[in-house]
Amino acid sequence: MWMKSVKQIALAGALCALSVPVFAKTELTMFYPVAVGGALTKIVDGIVADFESENPDISVNAIYAGNYNDARVKALAALQSGEPAQLSVMFSIDVHELMDLDAIVPFDDVVSTQEEKDWLAGFYPALMENGVVEGKTYGVPFQRSTIVMYYNKDMFRAAGLDPEKPPTSWEELAEVGTALTKKNADGNVAQWGAMIPSTGYAYWMFGALTKQQGQNLMNGEGNETYFNHPKVIQALDFWKDLGSKYAVMPEGTIEWGTLRQNFLEQKTAIMWHSTGNLTTVKKNADFDFGVAMLPAGSELGSPTGGGNFYLFKDADEAERAASLKLVKFMTSPEQAARWSIATGYMGVSPAAYETTELTEYVKTFPPAAVARDQLQHATAELSTYQAGRVRKLLDDAIQSVLTGQNTAEEALNSAQKQAERILSRYK
Amino acid sequence: MLLLPAMCLLVTFTHYPVVKTIARSFYGFGTKWESKATLDNYRYLLEDEVLMQVLYNSFLYAAITVPVSIVLAIAMALWVNGKMAGKGLLRTAYFTPTVLPMISVANIWLFFYSPEIGLLNKLLGVFGHGGVNWLGDPSVALYSLMAMTIWKEAGFFMIFYLAALQTIDQNLYDAAAIENAGKWTVFRRVTFPLLMPTTLFVLVNALLNAFKLVDHLFILTKGGPNNASNLLLYYIFENAFSFFDTAYASALTVLLLLVLVVLALLQFGVIEKRVHYR
Amino acid sequence: MNRLTRIVLVSMAWLLGFVWLFPLIYAIWAAIHPAEYATKFSLFAPLTMDNFKEAWNEAPFLRYMINTVAITLIILTGQLVLCTLAAYALARMEFFGRGLMFALVLMQLMVVPEILIVENYQTLAGLNLIDTYWGVALPYVASAFGIFLLRQTFKTVPQDLENAAKIEGCSVLAIIWKVYVPLAKPTYLAFSLVSISYHWNNFLWPLVVTNTEKSRPLTVGMSIFGAPESGVDWSIISAGTLISVGPLLILFILFQRQFVQSFMQAGIK
Repeated sequence: MWMKSVKQIALAGALCALSVPVFAKTELTMFYPVAVGGALTKIVDGIVADFESENPDISVNAIYAGNYNDARVKALAALQSGEPAQLSVMFSIDVHELMDLDAIVPFDDVVSTQEEKDWLAGFYPALMENGVVEGKTYGVPFQRSTIVMYYNKDMFRAAGLDPEKPPTSWEELAEVGTALTKKNADGNVAQWGAMIPSTGYAYWMFGALTKQQGQNLMNGEGNETYFNHPKVIQALDFWKDLGSKYAVMPEGTIEWGTLRQNFLEQKTAIMWHSTGNLTTVKKNADFDFGVAMLPAGSELGSPTGGGNFYLFKDADEAERAASLKLVKFMTSPEQAARWSIATGYMGVSPAAYETTELTEYVKTFPPAAVARDQLQHATAELSTYQAGRVRKLLDDAIQSVLTGQNTAEEALNSAQKQAERILSRYK
Repeated sequence: MLLLPAMCLLVTFTHYPVVKTIARSFYGFGTKWESKATLDNYRYLLEDEVLMQVLYNSFLYAAITVPVSIVLAIAMALWVNGKMAGKGLLRTAYFTPTVLPMISVANIWLFFYSPEIGLLNKLLGVFGHGGVNWLGDPSVALYSLMAMTIWKEAGFFMIFYLAALQTIDQNLYDAAAIENAGKWTVFRRVTFPLLMPTTLFVLVNALLNAFKLVDHLFILTKGGPNNASNLLLYYIFENAFSFFDTAYASALTVLLLLVLVVLALLQFGVIEKRVHYR
Repeated sequence: MNRLTRIVLVSMAWLLGFVWLFPLIYAIWAAIHPAEYATKFSLFAPLTMDNFKEAWNEAPFLRYMINTVAITLIILTGQLVLCTLAAYALARMEFFGRGLMFALVLMQLMVVPEILIVENYQTLAGLNLIDTYWGVALPYVASAFGIFLLRQTFKTVPQDLENAAKIEGCSVLAIIWKVYVPLAKPTYLAFSLVSISYHWNNFLWPLVVTNTEKSRPLTVGMSIFGAPESGVDWSIISAGTLISVGPLLILFILFQRQFVQSFMQAGIK
């Protein structure tokens, strides 16, 4: 009998404790694209857990939603149906469309204190280009990259080249590539000089080639493209020539997803790829490899890439403040350094590279700084209104040229014409 | 009354969204609603060169994968149904692809197809061939996808044929044996006609699948290069979720609906007839 | 048939079997060897279980498995019950607008639920079913395909049987259960097979509608290994695939005789 009453008292006590919370928790839902492999979730979870222990009044529900595309589908579906979602990491180039959908708010409206304003001003300017529209910052950089050149030093040595001198210009790339391309007894190529991927993100790679010609693909407002500019056509001709004229690269398209494996299997001496792959390459390469800036045409250049933080419009005061706190935490120098070391993505602010962790890391592993050094030559990634469709026009044009269906001039003229028609509404 | 629960769900998850989709194809612009109905989305349909390519691909894809899968399925069923040694193992082998999730086997096929390191080209290399860019060559990519689809589907259809073969009366074969009919004649005159209902069932499934199943495109080609392997449903996804153009995607959906309605009407006509004969 | 054609046919059968099994064989190869052997074949490649460990640690497979089984079962049970009732009504009951109803049902056959993702997501969010088993299952529970198949089968059941049962005083539900269902067994089996294999492998809709481990099925869980965006690690993918289909595959191999036989026996009736 007394057991029962003890139990009842205990139960009542427990209920009281439950029904009178000490403080109201702010719950955040964050969509996060896992485009870099499963292990990434652990890293993000770790950072989020640290954040929660520092801010016990906020709980974060990080939802991993596949690649950038899947994440966008999920986030939009959630938004349109009124499911709660306060922030998300999405493609940096989605900004125009998210604005068009009236889904996001600029960070400028949320930051208030001087300290917060300083934080917003503390990122690398090149990384802000895709996030700033009409003078307002909609995207804060987090999972950001540039394209770098990975090369196999062992192969350089075997071909009698200086492993500390990767090609620095287009001419050198063709020359070095020729020296590195090896055929077997049947006359088939056993080892390629270089590979630039042309599926998945062809427009991104192409952005590097055009920047190296000193030409951007679009204007800052995102309502004009320059696809058939003579320099752009030259850039595509060069890409095509690497396969057909110099024969240092396979003809046809080169698959983005399997390229890293090609490099690790030593089927190609050079690959252009995202810095986001650096840590994986480092972990898996059983040969001596180097990382360098992309070679120059008339100048050096690469577009930035990757994902930014966005704040969704549909949130109350407390949630918004909490979201800002979270974004600030995740982009703080310490976390950015930790993130960069774990993945190869860039530390997003100069301060990140001043942390002892990242300074040490760069000292022992110099390739980790290449992406940062390249930033001063970087430009924005192709981003316009109706970005998906415009991007696809360019992707298709590039692929049709690389597979020999079309000449660069024809393909780019037609892409430009269609892009103009799509964008005419936004002028 | 018995119909009610099923109808409720159908209305909620099929008819209501379909009506909304149709409305959107007239009233929509991008992801927004306009106040006036226009034919803009349909006009764009006619001008869309990519769509023409996509439609051509889709029909070619169906026209090849469906008959090949069915023929293979019949062959498999006959083999496994016969007195061959080790048929249990064979049966399992044929059926395995059905159990493997598309999303992970697509990655394995990606390896087979990849040009430098991939298995297929290594095999070709043994014979001194330079290799094919299976997914990167526009004239090959669609066929590479078809091969994988057939691999995935044939074993599944086999099961239905296997079941049907068991129902065929042994006496018919005995009679045929007395008349000294050749194997091929027996198949043509006895087995195949009796498999007809199964074939129709499989045909409906296969045709619908040919238009519905695009999971592997997400991994293997994303419709590329230059739309050489793009299929209608994937193109709808692209429009809806990459291009944020729900309105145009709606117009495309209406088009896909029309295609499937026509196909289905043709088939149901045939099936209704069959059933009445029985 | 002469000996030669027989040999040719048999070897073709085995060749095809080998090709069909090959991706699985490869998956096993890649899973039990270190990553650098994923694309190289050597008899002396060292064996390892690390890939399994890594895959297992990266995703709660057990949970995903339970989810997949639960979702598939919910869908299947729902489909069998609802479709039986609807099919009976459409096959044997006279009522106004039956033809129209049937046409409305058939419409679903042509509509791919995946196309309606955004609209359906909104409906489910309204019902508060996002990230639940029911959210994944509901749009599929009323299957036009099932209704159609069962209606066709029920139509072949002799009316006399039903009349006899009626005279004995059976209710409609009892008639369905005692007369129609047993006679339609092969159809139920065929349909179940289609349904299970479809929902076991379904990806896009569950991806959109699930948020957490609570309801995510295997396919969605697997997809984090296989994002070609980042470059593919075949060893881990293979290990993950094997873990996820292993139980199903072992069950099939163990019970394949019974499975196929029950399928066939059902067919004989």
